Amino acid sequence: MALNPEFEGRVYPPSSSYVVGREKVREFASGIGDLNPVFHDVEAARALGYLDVVAPPTFAVIISMRASGAVVRDPELGLDYSRVVHGEQRFEYARPIVAGDELVVTTTIESIRTAAGNDMIMTRGDIATVDGEHVVTTRALLVSRGPEGE
Amino acid sequence: MGSLIARSDVAVGTELPTQSFTVTRGDLVRYAGASGDFNVIHWNERVAISVGLPNVIAHGMLTMALGGRVVTDWIGDPGALVSYSVRFTRPVVVPDDDAGATVEVSGKVSAMHDDGTATVTLTARFEGSTVLGKAQAVVRLS
Repeated sequence: MALNPEFEGRVYPPSSSYVVGREKVREFASGIGDLNPVFHDVEAARALGYLDVVAPPTFAVIISMRASGAVVRDPELGLDYSRVVHGEQRFEYARPIVAGDELVVTTTIESIRTAAGNDMIMTRGDIATVDGEHVVTTRALLVSRGPEGE
Repeated sequence: MGSLIARSDVAVGTELPTQSFTVTRGDLVRYAGASGDFNVIHWNERVAISVGLPNVIAHGMLTMALGGRVVTDWIGDPGALVSYSVRFTRPVVVPDDDAGATVEVSGKVSAMHDDGTATVTLTARFEGSTVLGKAQAVVRLS
């Protein structure tokens, strides 16, 4: 199924804000098996100059995926989500996410293409504080495997 | 906020400590809950096989997180991470047993840059094959 090329370049208004909780950061760090004190212990984080526990680098995906989920499931886009695999993931950091941050995401559909029968869509999430400070930009390549691609 | 690794201690070819990680079905359940990624292929063998996978597979983002850990353990301050990117090239298949899957992650400095940063290239192996492609982190050195 071909993707609707008109979606390329679309920018979606900022999501409702995501407040980064200290316990969520700890839960996520434990979920990846990472016991580094900077992700768990406020004093250890403060010793490095942070206000509160620091989120592991891939934590940003929780926030970007929440925002992009509705976009990529828009029936008008034509992405068969049941066949989607995660092809690539990138993060560019201005600084780490820290507990207490209140963040919003602006989602952009950067590119849409088809190669070897697979539909590919690159989404970008610009994550910033509610005050407008850029924190991290995420990019995810979603690949919908075509029947002939198997 | 900066790296605990000094520029003078690093050169192209410098190796990061290799780490070996065990991923069990329980770990996938824990990651699913922590991340909110409840895709069925990460916990249900029947569904995973029905879509053509060999068995339940780990979340790609969990494998990426393990790679990130090798980098943040090395640089000490997560704020020294400038960028991190991977391609997901092969799945990590997680059996329904107590041993789980073993993922080994190694890293090496592959480029030094004039702005005081360095590129680290990561290699993640599962059952003898790499599971991440173009896995690279750019870190700021002190």
